[in-house]
Amino acid sequence: MSDLIKHIDDPVLEIRNLSVAYNKDKPAVTDVSAGIKKNKVTAIMGPSGCGKSTLLRAINRMHDLYPNIDINGDILLNGEETTNMSTIMLRRKIGMVFQRPNPFPTMSIHDNVIAGYKLNGIRLKKSDRNEIVEKSLRDVALWDEVKDSLTKKGTFLSGGQQQRLCIARALAFRPDMILLDEPTSALDPVATKKVEELLTQLKEHYTILLVTHNMSQAARISDYSMFMYLGELIEYGKTKDMFIKPIDKRTEEYLTGKFS
Amino acid sequence: MENPTLNKRIVKDRLFAGGIFLLSMVTISPIVLIIYKLVSKGYRQINFDFFSKKAPDTYEAMVAVNSGEIIPGGILNGITGTLFMVLIASAMAIPIGLMIGIFLYDQKTKRYAGIVRDIVDILQGVPSIVLGLIAYFWVVKNITHGFSALAGSTALAIMMLPLIIRSTEETLKMIPESIREAGFALGVPYHKIILRVLIPSGFSGLATGILLAISRIIGETAPLMLTALGSMEVNLNMTKPTSAVPLLIWEFYNDPNMIDLIWSSSLFLMMVVLLLNLVSKQLIAKRS
Ligand SMILES: Nc1ncnc2c1ncn2[C@@H]1O[C@H](COP(=O)(O)OP(=O)(O)OP(=O)(O)O)[C@@H](O)[C@H]1O
Ligand SMILES: [Mg+2]
Repeated sequence: MSDLIKHIDDPVLEIRNLSVAYNKDKPAVTDVSAGIKKNKVTAIMGPSGCGKSTLLRAINRMHDLYPNIDINGDILLNGEETTNMSTIMLRRKIGMVFQRPNPFPTMSIHDNVIAGYKLNGIRLKKSDRNEIVEKSLRDVALWDEVKDSLTKKGTFLSGGQQQRLCIARALAFRPDMILLDEPTSALDPVATKKVEELLTQLKEHYTILLVTHNMSQAARISDYSMFMYLGELIEYGKTKDMFIKPIDKRTEEYLTGKFS
Repeated sequence: MENPTLNKRIVKDRLFAGGIFLLSMVTISPIVLIIYKLVSKGYRQINFDFFSKKAPDTYEAMVAVNSGEIIPGGILNGITGTLFMVLIASAMAIPIGLMIGIFLYDQKTKRYAGIVRDIVDILQGVPSIVLGLIAYFWVVKNITHGFSALAGSTALAIMMLPLIIRSTEETLKMIPESIREAGFALGVPYHKIILRVLIPSGFSGLATGILLAISRIIGETAPLMLTALGSMEVNLNMTKPTSAVPLLIWEFYNDPNMIDLIWSSSLFLMMVVLLLNLVSKQLIAKRS
């Protein structure tokens, strides 16, 4: 394995010996350790079923929902154990975007952006509210497209717009980090390109951890890449290095399309 | 260019389509016949008095029938009684039904949820007259010490419960998992997700279930005979005997002078049920 992990200095997030199992005999993630570099895009690649989503969802403790899932190891956000934080605090600091756009169907575009505040009962002044909405929508380059229809339902937007709305919703809390699980796999090429451009801009202010099936996407937009296989982190390094000269044979086979 | 297999297929197709047409006619003819019968026999009695006056007594009706006039009076005491009891029944059954439905959804994999679900299914199969008997023993004997609207409502509420519970559970299940997860990813606690995300998202489904439950109980007669009993007066006291439209129909049936009122009251009841069904269809259509 590339020893680059040790060289990630001042990581926003540190994963230490993380294992996750849906049922005891068959772990989905095995002993993964990695630091995530601040203000960079880090991609997680690997064949279907290798545990990418499972790893990602461990970071903001989405697994808490399902009591049967067995989790071992530590995850530290800015040096603080995530298990010691309340889920609301943790998820304010780590936003998440899903494979399929999932705006709240009963809410307007405006309300979708500030859904995190509304649903948690956090009161905002009207001016703050509008500022957050505008800033978040500008961050995802959606403001000009929707500024005249903020009261319309979010579900009226196109798939790509909906996904950007969901990113805006994740950004509304000004998180340290956003997790994206194959955010473009349900989008057409044009919308995909927009989201990719967006992510490269967003890394200026946020740390981005992106699961992707798509190697060329990882090559295009990520600074660091992880390759996972059968629940293990096989290789982790600068994307350039990994694509030019993978260290592990399995990484090489994956990158050259021997399996997928 | 004769093509025997093609021709054969066309003939088969036509026969099939004809068969389906015939069967659909057979299915819809009862409802058409019922409505035709109700309208042709009942329309004469439907006038302003019908909605604004209490049921006539048998003497008034006899005089009118003998002189060939329409029967005076209406079914106001039945309409108010039905509204009153449906309202009380809804006030009992809707919150409890929603809560149990949410509970079943929330605990779907737990064993006791399965048991509750089975009990709900059994409840749905209990004959309404038996529920009337139960309400009689619970409420008439022990609470209101006499026939009462509350007793009638209790029986109706028990009938509504399984319908509301199941429709609530089904509605919540239909909401995509991804919507729930969007809420969790924002750190929203589970109960707030249910209250502020799932219930609003499933609102039309929940409303549909409630409307169908109401349309299901609004024509119930047997349980009311044992509980609300009926009344010649407009009654809005929960502890007193109360009339209802189906109870009036039964009373009219037992009085040879009031035959005409059977048809108009049935027409009214039928229209209310149809309307409730149409509104809930509309809600379902809006949802998808
Ligand atoms: N809820 C679950 N219950 C049980 N097993 C699960 C569950 N979710 C995932 N798994 C299993 O855990 C393993 C890892 O799944 P995961 O979804 O993390 O893979 P992935 O790398 O994200 O795959 P994909 O690229 O297809 O999204 C797989 O073997 C999968 O079958
Ligand atoms: Mg996945």
